[in-house]
Amino acid sequence: MSHKRTLATVNAAFITQAHGGGGKAMKDLIDDVFIRAFGAPEDTLEDQARLALEPLCRTGDRLAMTSDGFVVKPLFFPGGDIGSLAVCGTVNDLAVGGALPRYLSCSVILEEGLPVEDLRRIARSMKEAADRAGVAIVTGDTKVVERGACDGIFITTTGVGVIPAERRLSIEQIQATDVVIVNGWLGDHGAAILAARGDLSLETALESDCAALNGLVEALLEAVPNTRCLRDATRGGVATVLNEMAEASQLSIELQDASLPLRREVRGMCEILGLDPLYLANEGKLVAVVPADRADAALAALKRHPLGRDASVIGHAYSGKPGRVTLRTLFGGQRIVDMLVGEQLPRIC
Amino acid sequence: MCLGIPGQIITIDDIDNRLATVDVSGVRRQINIACIIDDAHPPESCVGDWVLVHVGFALNRIDAAAAERTLAMLDMLGDTHELDALIDSQEKRQ
Amino acid sequence: MKFIDEFRDHTRARQTLEHITTLVERICRDRAAPLRIMEVCGGHTHAIFHYGLEAMLPKQLELIHGPGCPVCVLPMGRVDDCLAIAERPEVILATFGDAIRVPGSRKSLLQAKAEGADVRIVYSPMDALDLAIRHPEREVVFFGLGFETTIPSTALTITQAQRQRITNFSVFCNHITIIPTLKAILENPDHRLDGFLGPGHVSMIIGTEPYRFIAEHYRCPVVISGFEPLDMLQSLLMVVRQLHDGRAEVENQYQRLVSRDGNPAALQAVHEVYESRQSCEWRGLGPIEDSGMQIRQAYAAYDAERKFSLPNQQVADPEALRCGEVLTGNLKPWQCELFGSQCSPESPCGALMVSSEGACAAYFQYGGPRAEQHEEVSP
Repeated sequence: MSHKRTLATVNAAFITQAHGGGGKAMKDLIDDVFIRAFGAPEDTLEDQARLALEPLCRTGDRLAMTSDGFVVKPLFFPGGDIGSLAVCGTVNDLAVGGALPRYLSCSVILEEGLPVEDLRRIARSMKEAADRAGVAIVTGDTKVVERGACDGIFITTTGVGVIPAERRLSIEQIQATDVVIVNGWLGDHGAAILAARGDLSLETALESDCAALNGLVEALLEAVPNTRCLRDATRGGVATVLNEMAEASQLSIELQDASLPLRREVRGMCEILGLDPLYLANEGKLVAVVPADRADAALAALKRHPLGRDASVIGHAYSGKPGRVTLRTLFGGQRIVDMLVGEQLPRIC
Repeated sequence: MCLGIPGQIITIDDIDNRLATVDVSGVRRQINIACIIDDAHPPESCVGDWVLVHVGFALNRIDAAAAERTLAMLDMLGDTHELDALIDSQEKRQ
Repeated sequence: MKFIDEFRDHTRARQTLEHITTLVERICRDRAAPLRIMEVCGGHTHAIFHYGLEAMLPKQLELIHGPGCPVCVLPMGRVDDCLAIAERPEVILATFGDAIRVPGSRKSLLQAKAEGADVRIVYSPMDALDLAIRHPEREVVFFGLGFETTIPSTALTITQAQRQRITNFSVFCNHITIIPTLKAILENPDHRLDGFLGPGHVSMIIGTEPYRFIAEHYRCPVVISGFEPLDMLQSLLMVVRQLHDGRAEVENQYQRLVSRDGNPAALQAVHEVYESRQSCEWRGLGPIEDSGMQIRQAYAAYDAERKFSLPNQQVADPEALRCGEVLTGNLKPWQCELFGSQCSPESPCGALMVSSEGACAAYFQYGGPRAEQHEEVSP
């Protein structure tokens, strides 16, 4: 997109209340940071983005819409930052519903004192992530709160996508004998953030797996159109997603410990802190349920995509106690994998 | 009650304060090694040692030969007589 | 992972299990009651559920989940005292993650944090000392929990603080020792225990000698065990073999870390800083003589109990709770009336529901074939 006018610049090094006041300082900030990063809209800047219906209608018969708030500490971490997270997270929420993500909004709440350079970096990162995912950031909002009232920056993104007419992904479609697949290493994001936070003084080369999954989803759905359902395994990890799936389908799901893809550093982190990797957050991992006779096709399609190279079948659904998720341990024993009560905390015992 | 994990000492960071860095499956952390050093094991000799890490402290050196013996005992369970002999020999060693 | 993966190698488990089963069947031919072996350590309890070991064992072999979970046996009054410290405006309370959800009579540390107390989770007591160095204007108090394995770490942190002349650091000492507690359990005439899996990491510090009285006086086999599933199966086999042979000895399965005399440097550090408390209250078990540690006079400046005035209240557990009976193996978790109804991991009333090492929480979360009974009573 071309800039139709000269963009104003912000000279201040830090965000102040003035940048949220609705006056010139705010307009300059939006110009310098957001318009510069995201590009100017086709029309003049109004209070809303205006989106043509016709190209949307050509690709599907339903809109998908989702909204997600992003708070993360630290704002910048190996493998991503709050900006890429805010784009990928919302894109993924659309993609796992079978939607083709198209538009995003971006609403930021800034804490006074946030370095303007950090905000520029976050905005650039959002733009890069949006470009990679093939979505446009078309509208947004900026608010500034007092120091201490938020943690640097909070971002809310809302996404709109189109669902092609033939697609019907739903966790209620899961049937006994269906196979559960993930597209790669589990727990990278959760473990990388724990290390990046620094308060446990752990150092690793781990990076967040933060990535937009819409391309991967398309590859999978092309190969296996009768995929039952998809979920992205963010907060609460794979265990939480599987519990929701078992609950909705009134089936049991059994996981195989031996086939869980875990990096050695994630295992190391979990051993040191007494955490269970099944509950660690991911930001670029989906859980796919496919009919058993399509498992090989699904796995092959995922593995052909860069984000699915390490895909693995991790379990299957069966008609057992409704809503139950279990893990068959390497040792041949079995244990229940329940929903977590609260947040997983490091332990010494 | 006590989560302990094997790690390998990779550097000695501060001899006076008994600090070293340990590697646990690709995760590094500074730990205190006061409990595993003595005249026979001065700090500088500890690099490469495998230790049991608990709450940021190395609490003991891991005896690799003893680990081998333990596994050998399990492998010998096919033969009850050999197992008895091995248990006896382990008891004597103590 | 070296020293871990080999001991999780399931191909080695089968024969061990077969031997256990053969011996248990042979022993149980002549007795009606099942064999009851207590794993003392909460780490063992956790591993048993984590690997689903219980279901693999013969039915006539019952595992009794012992008192070795420092969070589970912490009396409510001590949590209240800790809250009183944490709520002082000048204090940063540093703690292991385990302790943060333990309920006091009014609230937990997690709730106090939400209400404004400065509570930080640390991995090591050394990290708490670092907090004190970085925040000289604040008082940093470390919530010192744990058995003999953990005690050297706080002892060495206190001596380090003294060496560095750091004055805004102290430890709220709730350290406890396992041997007096095992004695108390064995003194109970209805204990019905046939043998023990000894706590491997505690023994790495204290050695194998302190358990001798269990074998000699109470004629009960003890096998000091590692924490990987193969370690535990091998240790169970060793206990069962002793029972089969009519022996009662202290044996050491965890030879890669445990020696007869323990770790002298660690014991020296503990002795330097701590002394035994005359009596120490255990949640679910009551007071046990000489089972607690306190900071010596020489290190009084680092003792949070001396530094702050504490309410020091005794808070009784609700009467319907039967944690003590579960701890001593006389009651299964799901046989307690409150299990799963009024007492759950979400809102624990009893200590054993608090930590994933607690027998009740382990049954609730991990279930397992023998816990199926509990599902009738759980919501």
